[in-house]
Amino acid sequence: MATVEVRFTPLPAHVRTARLVATAVARRSGVDESLLDEVRLAVGEACSRAVESHRLHCPAEPVRVALTDDGERFEVVVTDAAPADVTVTDAVSAPGPAPVVAGDGAGGSMGSALVVDGVVQQLPAGVGLAVIVGLADDVRVVPSGGGTSIAMSWKRRTL
Amino acid sequence: MDLKLGHYNKDGIEVVDVEGEIDVYTAPRLRELLIDLVNKKNYQLVVNMEKVEFLDSTGLGVLVGGLKRVRAHDGSLDLVCTQERILKIFRITGLTKVFGIHATVDEAIADKDK
Repeated sequence: MATVEVRFTPLPAHVRTARLVATAVARRSGVDESLLDEVRLAVGEACSRAVESHRLHCPAEPVRVALTDDGERFEVVVTDAAPADVTVTDAVSAPGPAPVVAGDGAGGSMGSALVVDGVVQQLPAGVGLAVIVGLADDVRVVPSGGGTSIAMSWKRRTL
Repeated sequence: MDLKLGHYNKDGIEVVDVEGEIDVYTAPRLRELLIDLVNKKNYQLVVNMEKVEFLDSTGLGVLVGGLKRVRAHDGSLDLVCTQERILKIFRITGLTKVFGIHATVDEAIADKDK
């Protein structure tokens, strides 16, 4: 069972709330102070991605965030309910021992930028995932129910 | 903290002061300001991020969009930032090679004069 669970309607304004909760729980769980900014940014990226997917495919469904302290690691799982074959196509390959598992085997694609009149309005969704991979100790992207879960974890400091 | 935006002209350069958090919720306001400045023919921009507390990939996208708009007019968009936690996301995404990043507004303006 998660230490703390949050469900929020898929609105951009609530992403900040999710970030704040994740940071507070991470601090209480013993994640080193120097890593809290990384937790905050990674959770924000995952929630932003989920919100964008929900707004396109299932705006009535909540985004779920589960935060778990198992004594050794602090893990955050952000789960969306958008169709997995849509949301996982922007998965990236993770360096190091932590595999990123793309639901449709589409690792390596960075998605497409939103371009209007030849000007980039929004970076490809894969950039958000690349940022998460760069920040967390361990990242897994897996299909979950009808959607996708991004699980990211950090080591706790020795107490 | 929400996002506060301001701008002023110094030595012919439009300086945009940004304070607070740039994320999926607030980034559209920064995008609108940059588009408005470019539409008013301000093609030499400096975005001062010294008071930015949070920046995510949505915010990066807005800055990249602004850069492309001014470059279309042979302009430039430089950043002022010394905060390690903000610089980190530029490094992870490789955007340190795309933007001129300076320690002070004066340094950014002086660099444009070269």
